[in-house]
Amino acid sequence: MTLNGLSVFYGENLAVRDVSFGVAANRITAIIGPSGCGKSTVLRSLNRMNDLIDGCRVIGDVAYRGIDIYAPDVEAVEVRRRIGMVFQRPTPFPKSIYQNVVYGLKLAGIHDARDDRVEHALRQAALWDEVSGRLDSSALGLSGGQQQRLCIARALAVEPDVLLMDEPCSALDPIATARIEDLMAELSERLTIVIVTHNLAQAARASHDTAFLTTEVDDHGNRTGVLVEVAPTDRLFAHPIDERTEQYITGRFG
Amino acid sequence: MTDTALLPKPSTQPGFGPVLEPSQRTDVRAKTVSAGRRRTDKVATIALWCAVLAAVVPLGAVITVLVAKGFGVVNWHFLTSDIPSVTGQTTAACRDITPAFRAKYGINCSPPAPGMGPAIVGTLISTGLAAALAIPIGILGAVYCNEIGVRTRLASAIRFFADVMIGVPSIVMGMFIYTAWVVRFGTNGRSAFAAALALACLMLPIVLRSAEEMLRLVPDELRHANLALGGRPSQGVIRVVLPAALPGLISGSLLAVARAAGETAPVLFTIGVTLSLNTSPFGENTTLAQQIFSGAKSGLPLANQLAWGAAFTLVAIVFGLSALARFVASRSSKVQKG
Repeated sequence: MTLNGLSVFYGENLAVRDVSFGVAANRITAIIGPSGCGKSTVLRSLNRMNDLIDGCRVIGDVAYRGIDIYAPDVEAVEVRRRIGMVFQRPTPFPKSIYQNVVYGLKLAGIHDARDDRVEHALRQAALWDEVSGRLDSSALGLSGGQQQRLCIARALAVEPDVLLMDEPCSALDPIATARIEDLMAELSERLTIVIVTHNLAQAARASHDTAFLTTEVDDHGNRTGVLVEVAPTDRLFAHPIDERTEQYITGRFG
Repeated sequence: MTDTALLPKPSTQPGFGPVLEPSQRTDVRAKTVSAGRRRTDKVATIALWCAVLAAVVPLGAVITVLVAKGFGVVNWHFLTSDIPSVTGQTTAACRDITPAFRAKYGINCSPPAPGMGPAIVGTLISTGLAAALAIPIGILGAVYCNEIGVRTRLASAIRFFADVMIGVPSIVMGMFIYTAWVVRFGTNGRSAFAAALALACLMLPIVLRSAEEMLRLVPDELRHANLALGGRPSQGVIRVVLPAALPGLISGSLLAVARAAGETAPVLFTIGVTLSLNTSPFGENTTLAQQIFSGAKSGLPLANQLAWGAAFTLVAIVFGLSALARFVASRSSKVQKG
């Protein structure tokens, strides 16, 4: 995926200005930056989840396999079917575990081998062993970490090409976090992952590439997110080019 | 202070600091709470208990009287038989004839046994039809207001008029259906269906507003999750939002049904009157609420018995419906919560 001159407005307020970077296929790209710098806004514009916010306007383009997803002839629902998303807080539907995973398949009208697909998705999300005996019990009875892995399984069941993760571990304990990071490494063999995180160690551990965003404040006190630096994660953390990146990752700012 | 003598000696174990004596600032025992705060707590507790009593005592009194006067009347015959005429003519005629004459010609001069079958059937038909009309329309309206046209003018107009309709006296709904429906068909216009129309007008805004509140309680995250999985908003409403709100939708709808079942005013104009069974939604019919009204104002002993019996039956029906709805709601939420 390629972001080219992406700016996002909320009403009159410019939330993110002129962000351009590429997301390499089959790699994990982390987006880091201080609170309010527009990390999530950028992420949500990658599968048009911003469409849901009143007064949100997007300028520039986001190319997915050569097609601008904001072009007028693009169907947002189809975009989201291929570019899945996992949210900050686990959002299991108040249904059984099985019904949660099979949900996307039902939407997509996929009828064949549903049970196999559900099992495969749950195995991919490293949840199968814990829930295989109780697929019919409610998803809300799972722990927070299990719920988040269920949400990942649910997103994987429709076999997306790209998976967007918006601080997927911020509500989880270190053990659950480690499991999800392992999972991402495995999944990146088959799909592209973009993860927003405020945990620098996580970005350093779990991602291949890192984009650093920060906030600029103009004369009127309006805060706007801008892209500072994109680089392979090792390089960005070892030898940041921009002074602001260095300050942020060494903990002197943000 | 004698209390401090009971405290353990300051510890020298690693990891435990010395035990400090409670000072005025750190003593957390109840006796340290100021008299004023304790008094406020007492007063508030007593006031709350008084409020509970004030709510429970009248409720208990109503139920006690209802059971005492109504329960004895209700039996299988009462529930299934036609409503007896209570004009008192039979007893007047019987006064002038001897028991022998009665026996010879088989004239039955014992007062007729109370029956309420037609009114039970009429109540079920009119309330059932009203529910079938008002609940789907009300829930669909709520879906429009909360899911599809959230900030549109139409949605706020619907909300506004629903609020106005909630405030309209029920007798006005009866008058409205009387002029809009009943008079067009002359006396044939009076029917359980006409009563159902009036009751549906009464139920619709209650269903709509309560359903909207229930839909609002469904977190947006679930709607977003549906979209992130490639779902259309409409699919999210049908597959996620409505199932998640189901227990609340059921209890809101039931509240409206219970309200409609007990309404008398809109039924008076629109249903006509009958003392015999009519299982059709058309043709004159009667309801329990209407029979309570006519039985209570008549003053004759049999009529009073009928009224108490009808009241007891009505409360039992509403109670049964509530219990059923609670059961259904708790089962569906059990599937959701695990």
